[in-house]
Amino acid sequence: MSEVSELNPELSPEPNGVASGPRTDGVARARATPDHPQPYKELGMNDEEYGRVRDILGRRPTASELAIYSVMWSEHCSYKSSKIYLRQFGEKAPKTDALLVGMGENAGVVDVGQGWAVTFKVESHNHPSFVEPYQGAATGVGGIVRDIISMGARPVAVMDSLRLGAADAPDTRRVLPGVVSGIGGYGNSLGLPNVGGETVFDPCYQDNPLVNALCIGVLRHEDIHRASASGTGNKVILYGAYTGPDGIGGASVLASATFDEESQAKRPSVQVGDPFMEKLLIECSLDLFKAGLVEGIQDLGAAGVSCATTELAAGGSGGMAVRLDAVPLRDPNLLPEEILMSESQERMMAVVTPENVEAFMAVCAKYEVPATVIGEVTDTGRLVMTWHDEVIVDIPPRTAAHDGPVYERPVAVPADQAALQADTPARLPRPSNRDELRKTVLWLAGSPNLAAKDWVTSQYDRYVLGNTVLAQPENAGVIRLDDESGLGVALSLDGNGRYTRLDPYAGAQLALSEAYRNVAATGAQPLAVTNCLNFGSPEDPGVMWQFARATEGLADACLMLGIPVTGGNVSFYNQTGDVPINPTPVIGVLGVHADVRRRTAMAFAAEGHKLVLLGTTYDEFGGSEWAHVLYGHLGGTPPQVNLPAEAALGSVLVTSAQEGLLSGAHDISDGGLSQALVEASLRGGLGVRVALQGDPFVELFSESVARAVVAVRPEAEARFVDICAQAGVPISTIGVVGGDSYTVDGAFTIPLHELREAHTRTIPALMDQ
Amino acid sequence: MARVGVITFPGSLDDRDAQRAVRIAGGEPVALWHASTSLEGVDAVVLPGGFSYGDYLRAGAIARFAPLMEELIPAAKAGLPVLGICNGFQVLAEAHLLPGALMPNASGHFVCRDQRLRIENAETAWTSEFGAGQEIVVPLKNMDGRFTASAETIAELEAEGRVIARYVDVNPNGSINDIAGVTNEAGNVVGLMPHPEHAVESLTGPTTDGLGFFTSIVKGLINA
Repeated sequence: MSEVSELNPELSPEPNGVASGPRTDGVARARATPDHPQPYKELGMNDEEYGRVRDILGRRPTASELAIYSVMWSEHCSYKSSKIYLRQFGEKAPKTDALLVGMGENAGVVDVGQGWAVTFKVESHNHPSFVEPYQGAATGVGGIVRDIISMGARPVAVMDSLRLGAADAPDTRRVLPGVVSGIGGYGNSLGLPNVGGETVFDPCYQDNPLVNALCIGVLRHEDIHRASASGTGNKVILYGAYTGPDGIGGASVLASATFDEESQAKRPSVQVGDPFMEKLLIECSLDLFKAGLVEGIQDLGAAGVSCATTELAAGGSGGMAVRLDAVPLRDPNLLPEEILMSESQERMMAVVTPENVEAFMAVCAKYEVPATVIGEVTDTGRLVMTWHDEVIVDIPPRTAAHDGPVYERPVAVPADQAALQADTPARLPRPSNRDELRKTVLWLAGSPNLAAKDWVTSQYDRYVLGNTVLAQPENAGVIRLDDESGLGVALSLDGNGRYTRLDPYAGAQLALSEAYRNVAATGAQPLAVTNCLNFGSPEDPGVMWQFARATEGLADACLMLGIPVTGGNVSFYNQTGDVPINPTPVIGVLGVHADVRRRTAMAFAAEGHKLVLLGTTYDEFGGSEWAHVLYGHLGGTPPQVNLPAEAALGSVLVTSAQEGLLSGAHDISDGGLSQALVEASLRGGLGVRVALQGDPFVELFSESVARAVVAVRPEAEARFVDICAQAGVPISTIGVVGGDSYTVDGAFTIPLHELREAHTRTIPALMDQ
Repeated sequence: MARVGVITFPGSLDDRDAQRAVRIAGGEPVALWHASTSLEGVDAVVLPGGFSYGDYLRAGAIARFAPLMEELIPAAKAGLPVLGICNGFQVLAEAHLLPGALMPNASGHFVCRDQRLRIENAETAWTSEFGAGQEIVVPLKNMDGRFTASAETIAELEAEGRVIARYVDVNPNGSINDIAGVTNEAGNVVGLMPHPEHAVESLTGPTTDGLGFFTSIVKGLINA
């Protein structure tokens, strides 16, 4: 049935399910049979790790203990290859009062003012989404939502960052529709608006799509909950769905091994989601928090009961005793080690004082959510589990949850790195006349990465909860938190695998810069950062070098911009055979709006307003969308990072929004100024007429950083110029909003209907075939 | 002040939005729980959007048997104004308070868009603030929104003016005759696939056109 059944070859389930009695691999038996062979290698452990478990326990582990250590020490759960690099997010963290809960908990919590706090986190579900796109993506949403609930927050929005193979590849037509249906099917059923994200195509993700899901939750300062089991005698309650054989081995096997032909055979390892149960779980959990019935809380995600029990026990003061046979099962044939590893969805674990158990159960009954006491907090300092009264687990919980192996893996610059950087886009022919410039605008506007993504986003509910102020395709998602004061937050999720491939240090900083710029473009003050670091195999020194450089770049940039990393997720082993994906750190930036009624939208919709370009444009085409779309070229170096300029631009955009100076603003990134004009113009339904100094090709398509294009209200022009001068942001008035075409004087005129056709037809044409 | 109940079923999603819409329209929203057996004396009821019971079996098929529905069905037949939005429409159809059925979208996809509608009947309890023929834009979002009914029923609905709103420009789900909403013979029970409760504030909606459904009931109850 699964990899785990091989844990104990001698042990087969009894006809009616209960594998108990003398043949159970309990602690006594483990002591008696020290040389019993165990399949630790199949579970992803090496000789040294297995030896360490034996040292910790002073004996061989039981089958159940081996299950716990193998999943908790897997790359996915233990961060053993990334830990030494992730530390710098804490060590280099900028001084801030905004962080109420830092890294290490289920999700960081940020103070957004007026007594409100926000928690947000992004996680990958890459491998499951390749194996089974619908369920893989759906349960990715479910998992991140439970992370947010377990901080005590009400989830209020989701976002997703998707990366797929070439847009016209046959498998992309399998994966993308499945992933989009899965995200929609789950998120829509939970009643969470989907307010933004990315959909990016590149052949490097062909057999390894990236599905990164973000959730944001809101809570009052006093409502923060943590994963800890304290108070001897307190009860441990498992509530939510029954436990079945879903995703067994998912954490350790699926996420910690490189893909090969066998992946297709692992379909049963992907979890299956039930969004209806998750919706009940959200409302039930929030009611439990409100009633003060929860001492400690942990969601069940990767590694299921293993993770929840060891994390809760390790986070608390004492130990924990668990009756594993009390876990309610959907499949009565499950072995104890399978129960421990099951990744059945929609489950939570709570620590509750004995006197509150009855009230806890009553709340669960109201929502028809099953809940079962499976154990209690002890003062033994050990996590002890029994199976029909026989001890099958007896371990110090910290050794599984926190003290896993830590590796400093070999690091080496990839052999082709120098050649890649030397192959600059300077050799690529550029448009040489007006007609070619015009065609380039249309090619880019209709290229899969820059084309309208309505085909995707129209399958997501962006309205539910009634607080969505801005959603895709806007610069960032903006959510109102408080109807009265208008307090709200903005969030953007950005990444660029091509930039990061060319220069991992700069690439991570460029992703951060873009997300920062997007949030600021709405008028929000950037406040905090989350990340999802998608890389190839950590056993490849080239990949490890990319990871080391990218994390260093991100930590350095967060320090310079003054916004701390609150948490994140690492996804390794994103590769096919020996070929890793382009390293793809996806960065989320959260910003705060004191009053969302002051936000700036991206549309250019006010006739006659002047268009102003902020920032400086250089001849920068390494890793650009232009080189990618027209030549499939990846080489040279990405645009120069300029964090001080980014911060200055941000301050101008935030001040301008607060003072209401702009009728529209759009960040400039992939596809350059031209693409920004196309999007803002189509969004507003009005044309633009611009006149450019210098080389029109460079002006239109360069991807230089720290730039935006804005439409200024006529009465605010003088004030706006002052603000830019004070901030040291260079500006040039490039044109005016109006008419029904996109016109560059002396170069081309494109009617809006032609532009709209080019921009909107691409994705439906590819996906609805 | 008009008290408008909003029933929350397990899996209801737009219940808070409907409450907000009632409040903005000047009414008093009253939260009602599906397992209750009392309508708490409300003057009108909204069945909100969502996926009650996960849409398992069929959209609205399980919610229709909720204890509070036992109270609502006779009250609606006796004239209590009831508006079912999206999943609420599905529940009303399953409960036979409205004719027809809502089938999966012709596209096979969930669809979320700003939808233009034409108000065809401005005489019902929920549409009296509109003018007949008025065009409005409100969000539409559904998986199972394709209205269908027998040819006789459609003919009857059309002949009696019981189609209250029709899709304009785009038929987003394949509904027969572009039907977006219908009413019962008495005009007190209305089912609508699009979501007027998401178009009550210019900050968060594409328009404020949806407010008319809620002001219709609030003003109608005050004047009554």
